[in-house]
Amino acid sequence: MSKVENLDRILEQFGPHLHDAPDGGWAADRVIDNVVPTHCPYCAVQCGLNLLVEKNKVVGFEPRYDFPVNEGRLCPKGVTAYLQTHHPDRLLYPLIKRNGYFERASWDDALDLIVSKFQEIQAKYGKDAIGIYSGSSLTTEKTYLMGKFARAGLGTRYIDYNGRLCMVSAAAGNNKAFGIDRAANPFADIPLAEVLIIAGANCAETFPVLNKYLWEQRDNGGRWIVIDPRETATARQGDLHLQLKPGTDVAVANGMLNVMVRENLIDEDFIANSTNDWEATRTVIEKYTPDVASQISDVPAKKIEQAGLLYGRAKTGMIMHARGIEHHTNGVNNVLSYINIVLATGKIGEPGKGYGTITGQGNGQGGREHGQKADQLPGQRSMLNAEHRKYVCDVWGLPEEELPEAGVSVVEMFDKMREGEIKGFFSLCNNGMVSLPDTNKIRQSLENLEFNVNVDFFMSESSRYADVVLPGTTWAEDEGVTANSEARVIKINKAVDPPGEAKTDWWIVCEIARRMGRGKYFNFNSPREIFDELRVASKGGNADYYGITYEKIEKQNGVFWMCPTLDHPGTPRLFEDKKFYHPDKKAKFHPIEYKPPAEVPDAEYPLALTTGRVVYQYLSGNQTRRIGFLVEQCPEPYVEIHPETALALKINDGERVKVVSRRGEGVFPALIVRTIRPDTIFIPYHWGEQLAANQLTNPALDPISKIPEYKACAARIEKIHSRELPILGRNRKGASLSEVRRGK
Amino acid sequence: MQETMFIDPQRCIGCRSCVAACRECSTHKGYSMIFVDHIDRSETTATMPTVCMHCTEPTCALVCPADAIKMNEDGVVMSALKPRCLDCRNCVNACPFGVPKYNTAMHLQMKCDMCYDRTSEGLKPMCASVCPTGAISFGKYEQIVPLRRTKPVNAHVFGNQHVETKVYLMLPTDETEVNIDGCGVFEGRIGLTGEQQAQTGESWIDTQEEQSDKSNEF
Repeated sequence: MSKVENLDRILEQFGPHLHDAPDGGWAADRVIDNVVPTHCPYCAVQCGLNLLVEKNKVVGFEPRYDFPVNEGRLCPKGVTAYLQTHHPDRLLYPLIKRNGYFERASWDDALDLIVSKFQEIQAKYGKDAIGIYSGSSLTTEKTYLMGKFARAGLGTRYIDYNGRLCMVSAAAGNNKAFGIDRAANPFADIPLAEVLIIAGANCAETFPVLNKYLWEQRDNGGRWIVIDPRETATARQGDLHLQLKPGTDVAVANGMLNVMVRENLIDEDFIANSTNDWEATRTVIEKYTPDVASQISDVPAKKIEQAGLLYGRAKTGMIMHARGIEHHTNGVNNVLSYINIVLATGKIGEPGKGYGTITGQGNGQGGREHGQKADQLPGQRSMLNAEHRKYVCDVWGLPEEELPEAGVSVVEMFDKMREGEIKGFFSLCNNGMVSLPDTNKIRQSLENLEFNVNVDFFMSESSRYADVVLPGTTWAEDEGVTANSEARVIKINKAVDPPGEAKTDWWIVCEIARRMGRGKYFNFNSPREIFDELRVASKGGNADYYGITYEKIEKQNGVFWMCPTLDHPGTPRLFEDKKFYHPDKKAKFHPIEYKPPAEVPDAEYPLALTTGRVVYQYLSGNQTRRIGFLVEQCPEPYVEIHPETALALKINDGERVKVVSRRGEGVFPALIVRTIRPDTIFIPYHWGEQLAANQLTNPALDPISKIPEYKACAARIEKIHSRELPILGRNRKGASLSEVRRGK
Repeated sequence: MQETMFIDPQRCIGCRSCVAACRECSTHKGYSMIFVDHIDRSETTATMPTVCMHCTEPTCALVCPADAIKMNEDGVVMSALKPRCLDCRNCVNACPFGVPKYNTAMHLQMKCDMCYDRTSEGLKPMCASVCPTGAISFGKYEQIVPLRRTKPVNAHVFGNQHVETKVYLMLPTDETEVNIDGCGVFEGRIGLTGEQQAQTGESWIDTQEEQSDKSNEF
C-alpha cells in the first residue's frame, strides 16, 4: 500500500535539492517592507532573530540584538534558516499517491479521502486502529491540538511524539526526583556557577549559542568538567575531560559522589530537611570508589577524584546534561545518578546553583507539557489520574467515557503497525525513517499500513511512504508560542503568508476533525484561540500557563512558566524555597546501581557505536539537507575511528568502510581522529535511506522512559576496498550520494 | 571608530556561523570573506577563524600597482576599488595572513571590510554579531579586554616583516594545570550587575594597558 516505488521520480520532484540564495538572488538594493522579530526554528535555545520581508517573501535576516537570550548571536543553521521559506522543494499543494506516483489534488479531495479512509479503518478495526505521531518542533498550540485531536477528534489512544527520542529520560528522571519536569535554572545562572558539569552534551555543535553563557562563566574564572566518550569541541575547551566508555555514566556519577561523600563535601542540612532516601543511596554510593568507577568506565580514577573534588569544593555549581546520557536503556538511571549529586551537595534553587537538561528540539520543553505524549494531558497532567482526566474533559466538554486510555511510546507504536494492530497513521513534524532506531524495521512498519497521512512542508524520507501528503507551513508563516530549554515561553511571529496552497498545520488538523463530525471540539480560527483554551486546560497543573498572554511574552521577552495568574511575572528559577513538587515537598534520592547497555561489544562486534549530531544539520535533516551552505560544510555522514583501531583494520583516512551491526549495515567514509576512544566509533545520524546511522542502532528501550538506546550498541567495521572518495575529499560541492541535485 | 575586532581562537567551536553570516551583509553580494579552518582534525577539534586583521600599514595596499586598496579614516582596509583593480592578484599573494581572495566571476579582489556599511552606522559586523562564543568580538578595547582572561596582541612577526594590526588576537595565558582546590580566582558576583562589578575594583584600564603594551611585542 505505502511502498516507495519511484524513488528517482520523487527525488526529482521534491528533492532534496540544494538552494542557497534569497529569492531573486543576492542583492544590495533591496527595499525591505517589514522587519519581523521572531525566533530561530531550530534548537531549544530559541535565539531571537529578525526576518527581513520584501514583497511577502523572507529575503534575509538581521541579528536581534535586543533579545536577552542570544543578543543577536546565531549558529549557521539559524543564519541560513530563512532560506527554507521560499525553497524550490516546498510542497505547494496536497498530494495523493496513485499507482506509486504523487499526484496533485485539491484540498477537498485530499481531506475527504483521509476522512473516508480513517472512518473505514475505525469502523472495521476499532477506534485505536489509527496512530498519531506528532513532534516537538511545533508551536505549543499545535502540540496541545495534536493531543486533543487524538483523544477528542479521532478517539484513539495511540498518540506519541518525537520528544520520545529526545527528552523523555530527563523528564522521567526529573519527575521521579523533583516531582516536576523542567530545567530548574535560567541560562543567566550559568555564569554564576564556579563549576559546571556538562554530561553527554556537545554544546558546541548542538546548542552553539549556549556557549555564550558557558564562556561568560569561564571569563568569571569558572571551570567545566566535561563527560563525553569523544573529545568534542566542548570537551576540548573544558578543564577536565572524563572520556568514558559509552553507557557507563552511572559509574562516573556515582564515583564523583563517592569522593564528595568521603571528603564530607555534602550538605547534611539540606539532605535532612529537603530530601528522602539518602541512606539507601549512600550505601550504594559507598561501593563506587574512584577505582571501582574507573574499572567500569575506563576513566582514570585520578580524574574522577579531581572532578569530585572540583565540584564538591565549589561554592556554586551547576549540572547540565543532554542526549549523551539520556539515549540509553539506562537513560533515566543516568539522569537520576546526576540528580543524586545535585541533591547531596544541595546545589539547587539559588543563583549559580542548579541543574537542568539541555532540551533538544526548539519546543522540546513546551512539546512535553500539554498532552501530545502517550500518557499525558495538558499542564503536565496524567492520563492515569482520575482527577486530571475529569478536569481536562470538563475543559473540552468531552464526556469522560469518551476519553481514551493512555497509549504507548512511538517505538512501541511502530511495533504495533508492523504487527497489524495499527492500520491508519497520521504524522506531523517528524521523520521516523531517519530518526527512529533500526531503519529497516521502521520501513516495514510504514509499508504495512493500510492508510498513511503525512503533513510536512518538504517531502521527507518518511513522507515518501505516505498515501496522502499535505503541505504544511514553516515557522515563518504561522504564529504561536514555544518554551525554550530554560522553560521561557516565547512567541514565534508570522512574517509571510504560506506559499501556494500550503495551509497552517492547525487548520489542517481542525478541518479533518470537522469533517469527521467532531468540529464542536475544534472550533478554532487562530493560534490565539487555541492558546486561550490551552491556558485554561493547563491551569492548576505543574506547567501552568494560565497567566501567560501573547502580550506579556512580548513585553517581558518571554515568560517562564509556571505562571498561574495574569499578574504573576513567571518563575525563572525553581525550588528557591527548597520545596519540591512531591506531596511531602521533599526531593527524592534514588540508589542507582550500574547496569551495562543492552548490547555490549563482543568478539563478533568488537566496537561500541555511538551516534550524534553535527552543527550544520538539524535532527532528521529534512530542513537543513536542502540548504546549500550547510550541505557544503557537511555533505554526508562519516564514521569517526581512532588511529589505533584504523591501523589494526588497515583503514586509511577517507576510505569508505562498511559498518555492520546486528540490525543492518551501512557504508561510510572513515574520519580517523585521535579525539575518539579506540574502542568506540561515532556516526552522525541526520541522513536517511542507505546513509542512515539508524540502520545500525539498537531499538532497545529504557524500561521507564521508553527512549531508544541510540548512544551505545555493538558494531564492527569491514574493509570493502572501496576506491570511492568521500564527497569532501573529492571537493564535490553537492548533495549526498542518495540525493539528486537540480541546477540552481 | 574606536571599536575593533578581537579574535579568540580558544573559543572557536568551528560552527562557521560567521562564514554564513558574512554573505548576508548586503554589500558582500553573497560572498563570504571569512575563513574557519580545522588546525589538524586528526589530532583535535580545534578551529581557527581568520578575518582581515586591518594592518596599520597594509601589505596588500603597499603591493597594489594601481593603488586600488584604500584605508579609511577609521583604519579599516577596504576591498579593492572596482574601477582600479587590475586583476593582478599581488595582494592575494602578498598578504601575510592570506586574507584577500580574487573573485574570478567579478574580476575583483574582495576582502573583509569589517562590514563597513554596518559599522559606519553603529551596527556590529555580521560575523561578530552572530558568533555564538565570542571567538569573534567587536567592541572597544576597554569594554572587551577586561572581561577576558586572555592577552590581546596586535603585533605579528613574519620573518623580517613586523606587522601591526587594528584587529587583536587573544592569546591564552600561561596557566597549564587545573586547580582542584576550587576556584580561588572566581569572580562571578551574585546580585551585582556588570556595571556595579566594575565599580568595586580599582581602575582596570591602567593595568590592562600597561600589560597589553608589553604583550604586543614578541
